[in-house]
Amino acid sequence: MTRITCKKLSKRYGKGPIALDNVDLSLDTTGVFALIGRNGAGKTTLVRILSTTLFPTSGDAKIDGVDVVGEADEIRKRIAVLPQEARPIPWMTPRELITSYLMWRGVGYKNAGKKASEALDLLGITKFGDTMHSHMSGGTKRKVLVATVIASGADIIFLDEPTTGLDPISRGEMWDLLAKLKKGRFIFLTTHYLEEAEALADRIGVLDEGKLLAIGSLSELRRKTGYPYSVKILQKADHIKIKLGRVIRGRDGNLQVFTTKKGADELSRRLISNGIKFATNPVSLEDIFYFFVKKKVDEGGEETGGGEWQGA
Amino acid sequence: MARSVASQIFASVLVNAVYAMKNFPVMLINTMLTPFSFIIVITFISHGALFGLAVEGALIMTMVSNGLGLQGDLSHLKNDLKVQEMVVGSPTSATIYIVGMAISELVYALPTLAILVVLSFFFLNVSVIGAIAIGGALFLMFVVAIALGFFFSTITSDVIQSFAFSGMLSTLLSALPPVYYPITYIPMPYQYIAYISPTTYAAQIVQNAAGFINLSTAGLVVDWIVLIAVAVVLMSIAIKKSRWVEV
Repeated sequence: MTRITCKKLSKRYGKGPIALDNVDLSLDTTGVFALIGRNGAGKTTLVRILSTTLFPTSGDAKIDGVDVVGEADEIRKRIAVLPQEARPIPWMTPRELITSYLMWRGVGYKNAGKKASEALDLLGITKFGDTMHSHMSGGTKRKVLVATVIASGADIIFLDEPTTGLDPISRGEMWDLLAKLKKGRFIFLTTHYLEEAEALADRIGVLDEGKLLAIGSLSELRRKTGYPYSVKILQKADHIKIKLGRVIRGRDGNLQVFTTKKGADELSRRLISNGIKFATNPVSLEDIFYFFVKKKVDEGGEETGGGEWQGA
Repeated sequence: MARSVASQIFASVLVNAVYAMKNFPVMLINTMLTPFSFIIVITFISHGALFGLAVEGALIMTMVSNGLGLQGDLSHLKNDLKVQEMVVGSPTSATIYIVGMAISELVYALPTLAILVVLSFFFLNVSVIGAIAIGGALFLMFVVAIALGFFFSTITSDVIQSFAFSGMLSTLLSALPPVYYPITYIPMPYQYIAYISPTTYAAQIVQNAAGFINLSTAGLVVDWIVLIAVAVVLMSIAIKKSRWVEV
């Protein structure tokens, strides 16, 4: 099975802060892997190194044992990358862009044109095939770029924040497409939309300040937190003593308790007996993200360290 | 899958010249405007006496400005659209990409060159040897401009930086040197400053081939040596020092 491996992979841009800090990674290249993290976490840096467009400062990264720096030419035959903030060339049409990209990959003109039509069809944007990009919406432009890399037929596709800036409907359409496209290829996706990772990814990595904090399937990450359940108290209940897990105050000012199944059952009984409204669920990826990053972003954007707040 | 180098080169030509000219022909007018403006101005000022020189100058300027145009085009694809990053992460090598983009700039210059060649044919008296010399000098200036364009495009991080370098190079290589008039029009000791620019050597070769100036054999040999050396050195620096993969 194909694997992506990184050993002590680090990157520092000039004399600036470290962007990637001794990342160790071992990943099967099947399905969708989503790398989540805040802005500046190092997601793009990792994608750019793995997709051979950026040199690391130290450490090594390999795809199937092939070094991404020393044997980049071999890697490039098997990958396709859609960079963050990429835009289709305004004076060209999708058909022209996809054809040209495939020709850059060495495909003949006629065959490239045929594959371009297939990709447009696959992405459901055939009707825009001969429309200039400058006349398209942002969502359609992103679909064109995804069609471009998918048309390559590469085994491994790197998509760096492909849905950033899209409205919720366009984002949902893109999710549907990616869910369809993941069959038969590996998609390495970065995003800061946690619901996107939750909806699409088979495995998820949490990156913060250049460090890979956790990696695994959603259920594995839940287990790693030690608190697989969340009890969200839906009204003011500061008088309730909670010693059954980890407690944080949510954005609405109410308490949220991360706890075990046993703890969730016991807390639920107490809340019912006190007539307090609550909701019990498996922890979401957002909960997991905060757990690992250990920082809580207040609604106003202010960051507070720690994240663990013991209720009264 | 068998990969075709010809396809890889042609992709750059399609993107940067064919599709651009087909879908946005106003770009073409831009490439013609400057050299023909200079021809008109020089011809009016000289009462027609320097028309032939102006045509030869326009040939040099077209090659230089289209070569330097590579910088803006590459910078746009790299910094604004991030398309170059998609190409870097594909089986296309830096050399293939740059050769294709250079050819695309030449394709862009073809309509202007065609008009200028027709004007040269009717209004200049150039021998076959002279025509070959002019072609050689124009090619070398194109190589110089391409090398500079490629180098500066890879070290600029946004289009504003690119404009700054582009404007500076364009002035130094095609506006200041004695391209539209003989170097003897420049008073001493300022003639020495003109020799800093490689365009001066190309202009002397072209003007000598068209019979506007008479260079000694030694002077002609020096011009060729300097021009070839500058082209080779700049291209070597561009290939070695340019960044294909970011550091």
